[in-house]
Amino acid sequence: METFLGLDYPTWWFLVVGGLFSGYAILDGFDFGAGAWHMFFRKNSSRETALKAIDPTWHGNEVWLVIGGGSLFAGFPVFYGTLFSAMYTPFILFLLFIIFRGISIKFRNMEEMLWWRKMWDWSYSISSIMLAFLLGVVLGNILNGMPLDENYEYIGRGFFEFLNPLSILVGVTSLALFMMHGAIYLLLKTEGELFNRIQQFLKFGMAFFIISYIVTTSYGFFYVDHLLTVFEENQALFVVPFLVFLSIANVPRLASKKQYGWAFVFTSLTIALLLVIVAFELYPRLLLSNSTIENSITIYNAAASTKTLKIMMGFVAVGGPLVLLYSYFVYRTFWGKVKSDFESY
Amino acid sequence: MDVEILSRIQFAFTVAFHYIYPPLSIGIGLIMVVFESMYIRTKNKEYEVLAKFWTKIFAITFGIGVVTGIVMEFEFGTNWATYSRYVGDIFGSALAAEGIFAFALESSALGILLFGWNRVKPWVHLVATWAVFLGSMFSAVWIVIANSWQQTPAGYHIVGEGMQARAEIVDFWAMVFNPSSVDRLTHVWLGAFLAGTFLILSVHAYYIIKGRYVLLSKKAFKITLVVAAVCSLAQLFTGHQSAEGVSENQPAKLAAMEGHFEAEAPADLYLLGWVDKKNKEATGLKIPGGLSFMLDQDFETPVTGLNAFPIEDQPSQVNAVFQFYHLMVAIGMFLIAISLFGLWQWKRGKLFEKKWLLWTFVFTALLPQLANQFGWFAAEMGRQPWVVYGLLRTSDALSKSVQANQVLFSLILFFIVYFILFLLFVYLMNKKIQSGPESEIDFDQGSLNKEISEVISKK
Repeated sequence: METFLGLDYPTWWFLVVGGLFSGYAILDGFDFGAGAWHMFFRKNSSRETALKAIDPTWHGNEVWLVIGGGSLFAGFPVFYGTLFSAMYTPFILFLLFIIFRGISIKFRNMEEMLWWRKMWDWSYSISSIMLAFLLGVVLGNILNGMPLDENYEYIGRGFFEFLNPLSILVGVTSLALFMMHGAIYLLLKTEGELFNRIQQFLKFGMAFFIISYIVTTSYGFFYVDHLLTVFEENQALFVVPFLVFLSIANVPRLASKKQYGWAFVFTSLTIALLLVIVAFELYPRLLLSNSTIENSITIYNAAASTKTLKIMMGFVAVGGPLVLLYSYFVYRTFWGKVKSDFESY
Repeated sequence: MDVEILSRIQFAFTVAFHYIYPPLSIGIGLIMVVFESMYIRTKNKEYEVLAKFWTKIFAITFGIGVVTGIVMEFEFGTNWATYSRYVGDIFGSALAAEGIFAFALESSALGILLFGWNRVKPWVHLVATWAVFLGSMFSAVWIVIANSWQQTPAGYHIVGEGMQARAEIVDFWAMVFNPSSVDRLTHVWLGAFLAGTFLILSVHAYYIIKGRYVLLSKKAFKITLVVAAVCSLAQLFTGHQSAEGVSENQPAKLAAMEGHFEAEAPADLYLLGWVDKKNKEATGLKIPGGLSFMLDQDFETPVTGLNAFPIEDQPSQVNAVFQFYHLMVAIGMFLIAISLFGLWQWKRGKLFEKKWLLWTFVFTALLPQLANQFGWFAAEMGRQPWVVYGLLRTSDALSKSVQANQVLFSLILFFIVYFILFLLFVYLMNKKIQSGPESEIDFDQGSLNKEISEVISKK
């Protein structure tokens, strides 16, 4: 198989997709987290500030989902087809909540009526919570594996199979992680009374995350045997969970010193490192067939042609820096605390 | 109902709904760029007011376009898994290119377009407006390339057999410039410009009728009318190019569009009519040999008809394809007529004096929307029974693991949510239009003064 800098192309593309979804989780993660806290703000002015904190940038963050999805479709079409059709119900729900979140942000301030604003506040907050949860549910199912036939088709049946203990736990954990991450983002964008309130929220957020993380990890450790195999085979990999531990421990430490900029760096790093663990769990597999292991989807049997992967590596080499440049420019423009000077639409 | 028909209804419904918005965004984006550029050049405040007003409308159409667009990307995987595996190499890479090269640009710049008026220098803001507009144009490029490849596959080879068969790229640029992509792209762009410009004409005609923002609206109307006239004429040309391409590459589709059955005979051109697929005949008002003449400048040239294809390779809804195609063409002709008539009245100085003409412009905003929809219906239904023309049948492209009750559930949800979304869209558009551009007083005073002085000078 052709290689580039010592790695074959499917492996490169695995890294690219992993990078894109890590970027997406970090960026839209704080949007979802901010949204999850939304109903805890009592005053209309607080809610408006919280919305303004994400309004200019959430569109750009969602781009990562579109690019991530496209790169999965193009690079691992077999996996794309199987995963999306197997997870039909959660993905359809995800789409509907994406719609509701988007229009809630857009439409909330277009009318003055109290009931109108309340309605969109609820819709925005519930959508954000469900999006964070559903992302985790899909990830939990990928970690869990699912029954596949020899054409890599999902052979499970029924509406609610996507809900199993592991997927629910991973769903709750990702919600908790994003809430912690989102609270810190809001601290960077707010001041005064609201800032003080969010500091209180952050304490709950950190506790919620640490508890759900411990529960989920223990459940995986004791009940989902195949998750341990990779660490048994290569004990040096234990360094990654150790780094996760350090990264998580840094968040409360920095929060107590009110160094929220650094705390944000560490929640982002935590998200990235957790996805590194996922990558080690999977590689070179993408989806374990837990009915017949030979039917598992790997990066090799799922990959597009080497030619396509090369073309798309070119896209990433040219387009990637451009995307980062746009994001840099937009974030720089709206850097710092929310100001009341920008117009709302 | 089975999974196939439910999935087809769901995809058709969600993509048709989606397609209300991106063309509006592209078309409004074009005029937004014009207004803002003129503001930067002339420093005339009126253009700034116009640019800001249309940016507000743009924010609504763009927002709904984005959220309904993500649905499309996911549906390839959820409902059409076999299709996704078959075309991932090609269609997937076009989609990924759209994300990286187009969507990222427009979505990032959107933040500055909407919220950056007081944050960045005017020329930086103008760059952001251009970036959003060009980003939306580039989006159309990649999406139309992907769809055109389904109509006229090129630059690929097939590997594997049966369920494992897949199309892989052998020549990237042949895939990008497949036989129909350029013709269809220009047709789609112009369709989008028409959707946007006729909405702008509609709103400003309405203001003129109601006596609000009269001077401002006259200015906006004239500029937009010129663009609309150019686009509607150019659309005739790209439409003709597309039809010629279809006759070469997808003869069964062309035969359905014109209700032409005989395998090898000169074909008529219908102005309107009805197709009876069972009895293999079309009736209606026609120009004998007209289609042959359009394609080959000769009334006697034979054109391949539906009978040349086995029944399982013919589109099943021939009459629907015929009607949608003819409605699209009729609307296109009407748009040319109305915009040229408008220009003529302008030359005579009577553009804004005929109330009926202004009212006609108010309602014409709906027509490009319908033409865009009908055009796509004709294009996509005419491609059936294939999802990738000649290679993969729609009935083989489904997700094997998805069941009818799941699709029924999602279809009902989409119906409900999109119904609500559409009501909100109409409500908010109406509200934005009723409340109008900012600083009404300044300009209406201005217009009043000017009109008074015109009256005085005439006397």
